[in-house]
Amino acid sequence: MKEQNYNSHFLVPYLLIIPSMIILILFLYWPTIQSFILSLYRTAPFGSRVIYSGLENYKKLFTDPAYLDSLQRSAVFVLITIFGGLAISLVLATFLNKKLKGIHIYRTIFFIPYAISPTVAGSLWIFLLNPVAGHVNYVLDFLFGFQVPWLTNGFFAFIAIIIATIWKNMGFNIIFFLAGLQSIPDSVYESAKIDGANSWQIFRKITIPLLSPTTFYLIIMNILFTVFQAFGIIDIMTQGGPAGATNLVIYKLYRDMFVNFRPGLAAAQSVILLFLVLIITFFHFKYGSKGVHYQ
Amino acid sequence: MFKSKHKKELADKILSHILLAILSFIVIMPILFAFSISFQTRSQVFTYPPSFFPDKLYFGNYVRAWNLVNMGRLLTNSLIASVIVMVGKLTLGVLSGYAFSHFKFKGKKFLFFAILFTLMLPMQVRVVPLFDFVSKLGLTNTYTGLVMPFLASATTTFLMRQHFLTIPTSLMESAQLDGCGPIRFLFQILIPLSGPTLAGLATVNFLVMWNAYLWPLIILNSDSMKVSQQGIRMLFASAAEREWGLIMAGTIMVVIPTLIVFLLAQKFFVKGIATQGLKE
Repeated sequence: MKEQNYNSHFLVPYLLIIPSMIILILFLYWPTIQSFILSLYRTAPFGSRVIYSGLENYKKLFTDPAYLDSLQRSAVFVLITIFGGLAISLVLATFLNKKLKGIHIYRTIFFIPYAISPTVAGSLWIFLLNPVAGHVNYVLDFLFGFQVPWLTNGFFAFIAIIIATIWKNMGFNIIFFLAGLQSIPDSVYESAKIDGANSWQIFRKITIPLLSPTTFYLIIMNILFTVFQAFGIIDIMTQGGPAGATNLVIYKLYRDMFVNFRPGLAAAQSVILLFLVLIITFFHFKYGSKGVHYQ
Repeated sequence: MFKSKHKKELADKILSHILLAILSFIVIMPILFAFSISFQTRSQVFTYPPSFFPDKLYFGNYVRAWNLVNMGRLLTNSLIASVIVMVGKLTLGVLSGYAFSHFKFKGKKFLFFAILFTLMLPMQVRVVPLFDFVSKLGLTNTYTGLVMPFLASATTTFLMRQHFLTIPTSLMESAQLDGCGPIRFLFQILIPLSGPTLAGLATVNFLVMWNAYLWPLIILNSDSMKVSQQGIRMLFASAAEREWGLIMAGTIMVVIPTLIVFLLAQKFFVKGIATQGLKE
């Protein structure tokens, strides 16, 4: 695309950018740099005195079983949420890709959860899963004759936040899968049919490979979503419990700062998360266009 | 032969409709159940098996939820903050996007990169010092403190630039020949040509702020300044013995504005996500 320009007004572009830059520097860059600095300090108990402590906060974190446990849980959470979420979304997107009257109404309904806040999503699911008045246990009891202690048992609480997260983010994945599916020309399917492929073979050998750029993008975005946006869902549903079962990295960071008042330790966790984001983004740019199948 | 193929297609269509209707119901079910429970009396909520339809429309939960956490105030605060963020982000994004689409200047590449790089700095990795900084400015419990960190964004800048680049150069050349300055060109020609893009970004930016939770939770602790998302947490904390009717009534009140905005601007919203994605 040709660059367009008003060359004679050399000051104008700077004036146009300054407002955005001020906000970004003050509220995004500056605090990020501060996170690095703060992570090297320790706050003395009973007082606002801060003491330089080098990498002590990091050492503490990586030798703290609770933090390592939280990291591990977060990794499992991300893996299950992404694989489960993407698989469900892809199947739903293929249904929603049909040429039917009123298909827009169905699509709209499937996108709704994505517009909803994590807090509301958490609230809706904690109700559905509650043991007394919730409908999920009633259905399980009715169909299979058992009830699940959703939020009081660590394992099931972990599953519960996964369900809520998948439900909330599904709309985003479906939008992208739909766009990807619609860009696959009908002729590809036609010729596969002529060659005698059945629908499963077509899905497995044509649809999935042709969608790989979309899938790759979605995996990256989902990692970021699930790591960071889990906060609202966890805070409403489990507050990290029971017994730390849902205390994912982002929730632990929040608690260390605003409940346990250990800013240095919390800042070190921020820095670790920042590195994770940088690594993910690096992969996105480095391999985003390689190793995936384009038409 | 032809006829049976036609029949098969029809059957296929009906089956697809049934399947999609069932799936849509499952997806939307959490909201429907919450809606239904919010109109049920306390005794009906705890009947077993749970009932899907309220015996009669009972509005007591709404009245009590509204009063218990001062919901009117919380919703107003959310609305004010979301409108400020929507307008502010769009304004700053249009200005900076225009700089990158229509001007050549020193340091352009670097500045563009510096703006895009902020995509990698989500709220969560800078929340600790940000809280420190904003409280030192004395901005806790103020709208200013609440909205400031959200006012500029890489995505809005980037998408406005992309959109402005699609507007043909010839337009600008003739405007220049007619003696139209760069600012007038922006307001009288570019912006009027950007309706759908602006609408999409406005919707997404409104909802980002409406749905924001972590930052408000940290920066607002006086009850009169809190936002509606915090109301949900307050309901859980203050409703005794899990009064589900009450909590769901509160949740419905918080989610209704989201649904209205989403349904009104659905087309733009989907387009907006497809190009950026809601991020906090």
